[in-house]
Parts: sequence; structure tokens; C-alpha cells
Amino acid sequence: MSNIPENLRYSKDHEWVGVDGDIATVGITDYAQHALGDVVYIDMPRVGDKFGTHEAFGSVESVKAVSEIFMPAGGEITEVNDGLNDTPEAVNNDPYEAGWMVKVKMDNPGEADAMLSSVEYEEYLSAST
Amino acid sequence: MSETELKRTPLNAAHRQLGGRMVDFGGWDMPVQYPAGVIEEHMRCRTRAGLFDVSHMGEIWVDGPGAIDFVNRLTTNDVTRLIDGQAHYSALTNPKGGVVDDLLVYRFAEEKLLLVVNAGTTEKDWGWITSHHTDADNCALTNASGDFCQIAVQGPDALGIVQQLTENDLSAIKYYHFTEGWVDEVESIISRTGYTGEDGFEVYAHPKYAEKLWNKFLETGSYGSAEGILPCGLASRNTLRLESAMSLYGHELDDDITPLEANLGWITKLDKGDFTGHDALTALKEKGLTRKLAGFEMTEPGIARDGYDVYVGDEKVGTVTSGSPAPFLKKNIGLAFLPVDFAKTGQEIRIDVRGKHLAARVVPTPFYKRPS
Repeated sequence: MSNIPENLRYSKDHEWVGVDGDIATVGITDYAQHALGDVVYIDMPRVGDKFGTHEAFGSVESVKAVSEIFMPAGGEITEVNDGLNDTPEAVNNDPYEAGWMVKVKMDNPGEADAMLSSVEYEEYLSAST
Repeated sequence: MSETELKRTPLNAAHRQLGGRMVDFGGWDMPVQYPAGVIEEHMRCRTRAGLFDVSHMGEIWVDGPGAIDFVNRLTTNDVTRLIDGQAHYSALTNPKGGVVDDLLVYRFAEEKLLLVVNAGTTEKDWGWITSHHTDADNCALTNASGDFCQIAVQGPDALGIVQQLTENDLSAIKYYHFTEGWVDEVESIISRTGYTGEDGFEVYAHPKYAEKLWNKFLETGSYGSAEGILPCGLASRNTLRLESAMSLYGHELDDDITPLEANLGWITKLDKGDFTGHDALTALKEKGLTRKLAGFEMTEPGIARDGYDVYVGDEKVGTVTSGSPAPFLKKNIGLAFLPVDFAKTGQEIRIDVRGKHLAARVVPTPFYKRPS
């Protein structure tokens, strides 16, 4: 059973978003980290980079596989979790806190509201697995 | 392919009970990893012990006065050099010198050999071998793949674990030798072989004893304790063999790759007499190789994966056959076929990692060698 915090929003690509005003914190879900297995490297964008909604902004690499991460709500990167360079395993161990990846200043904060709620994401997972 | 159509080893239920994540591996329902995860499994095998279900491998008996000559004619290594109780690594080759499969040849007696072949190629190998076999070969072939379970216990603690379960003196079995004996009162073949780069044993027995042996190895290896044995899935099996630069069929070897190109000259005995592919391999050796398997490590952050292109300057010079993080070495490594001029230690290359050309360097193989 996946951990799906109620206070976050979710994409069908298994990213989560925590919204604070027009700033979104983005990471990958517990389901996604579990599916990937041991994360060993995260290729991340730089502060100031701009991405459109659904555009790939980086990739997560596990021992076995590589998976792109998509921008759930387009905008400009304001912060990157550099700590993941040294402790990529935080994405496995603590995907919703220490494992956050980027903060983005959303062009259109309404996009985050339109994402899946925790209940909808859970339904989406049980329907697709 | 739906799950019900996949083939299962006799340990399928055991894998599920241990929380193994099951995947379709060449038509077999196999665990890719257990809850400990690929890194922990890999490290435990390097430092203590790992347990592997390799029951999906194929086994073919060759019995009769012509057994040695027959296998010698189909494979690259010199079967006449084996003594009873010895095994060797070899290759089945086609007339072009390409590899039909890589395999182990066990000599039980002068008239009794066992071929152990890859799971995904068992049917292909059986077809190949039987199509080259006639009554004049004076030996009988038996596809015995269903008659065996095969469990590998690998790592520095492997000998101590298996020894507790058998009267046979395991330290007396040399590397690539084997004995017939009893393990936990189960009639077994105990072979000092493996696919991890560690010391260890591969134990063959009747499939009905698979669970009993598997559970006994876990128990004897203190599974569940911090330093205990861990069951290892296909993912760590792959990273372990890659660190040791052992070939994986379908990646470093296939019908269009010769053993000479894959650094397997040491199992290609061109002076032993004729065998399938002998002339092509001899000609290739005389003419000189154009490409050769090389190991590389990334010198920039990034991970090379199977199938990525290799560049020197702007020129595409090869393709990655296996690429992965190396959990023990804590590097990102890979194998690739490169033109011989570029397959030299120290050669700077670039790997096309999803559009970015990242720096890497050719290094000696194996990447990992166990402390002796």
C-alpha cells in the first residue's frame, strides 16, 4: 500500500506537488520510488530554468532503470534540492519530505488545483495496477 | 504475455512469500528484487552471502562413448582436457563463429557430460544440438531442464553456510570443480561455480527439494539478521556479474558476436581440432579483430544504459551492451564493443545519455576482483 499524503496534489506521471501560494514543491510519489527501486542519481535542472506543463525537467535513475520527471505545473525553477546529489536514497526513504526535488514558481497556480487529490490518485493507482 | 502463461521455477511461491517483485524474464516469472533492494542484495553478496534461484537454467545430458567428441565438436573449449568432477565455461558456436549460447560443461565421467545453458535459450540450444546430432555420434541427448532445481549460494560466507549442511569437504572442491553428495539430506550436485565474481556454490537437486534447500540455506545463513544471507533477485545478479565483467547472453554475446571479440579467447581453443565455427574463428584471429568488448567507467555524472551509443569525437564508434551503476564500486560502469584502436585502457569516449554526450574512459576488466 502506497503512502499518499492528503495535503498534496498528484499527477498521473506520479509526481506530487505541495502548493504554497504560487510556489509548488515537486517530487515523485511513494508509488513511483517503489516502482523504480534504489535511486542512485537524479539529473536536475538549474535555478532559473523554465519548463512548460508536462515538460520533462529531469530524470531519476535507479540501479535498474531511468525515469523522466515531468513538470506538473509549468513555471520557473526557484530552488533545487542539492542534498539529493549526496543522498539520492532520500527519494526512496522519504519521498515527500527529504526527497523533494525542485520548487517552481508556477505561471498558472490554478494548474496545481486541477491535479489529482490524494483520493483520486489512490483510485488512479488501484485502477491502473 | 499474461502471468499465467509464464514458466515458474519450483521456488516461485517462496519468492512471493519473501516479497520478491516478480517480472517476466524471458518467459519466466522471476524475482527482480526482494524488499531489501538491489543495492543491499548486491552488497550483502559481496560482503557476506547471497542466495539465488537459478532453476530456470537449462540442463542437457550427453551420455555415451561419443559424448566428449560430440560436445568438443560443437563447443569452443577443449572438452578432452576436463577430468571427472571438473567443469568449464564454453560457447556453442555457429559456422560463422557467432555464439549460439554460452554454457557450462560438466564432466561426470568419460561417457557422461552435463551441459548447463541459459534459460531463455534452452529451446534454441536443444534444437541446435539435436540438429547436429546423429546416431554416428554414439551418445544420447536428454533435455533434463525439468529434472533440476538450481540454487546458488555466493559470497565470502557461502562455503561456511553450505558446509554446515553437508558431509562433503567443500574446501577440497577447487574452483570450477564439483562433487555429487548430500546437502541437508538431499541428493545434490555441489559445484564451485557462480555468476557473481564471488566464491560460492551452485547446488543442483531434484525440484521437489527446492523449497527445503532454499529455506535451509536462508536459515543456516541467518537470513533476517543484519549480517545474514539475503535472497538476491535478477537485478543484483546482473549488477554483480557486470562488476565482474561476465558476459550476459543477448548483450555481450549473440549469434553475430564471436567469443574472440567478447574477450573469450581463453575458452576458444583453436588448436584442439575442428569444431563448428573453427575455420571462421581461425580466419578472424589471423586477420585480426576489428572490434572488441571493452569496459568503461563514466567520468561525468550520468549512467550509461544498455543500447546507448558510444562516441569518439563526433564519430559513433559503438554501442553499450550493458551499463549500470556498480553498487560495490560506487561508479557507473558499462561494457561496449569498440573498434580495437579505441578499446584500449585510458581511451576517452563519450556516451550518448539521452542526448547528452557524457565523458567516460576505457578501463581494464574485470571492474571488480574479489580480494584473494
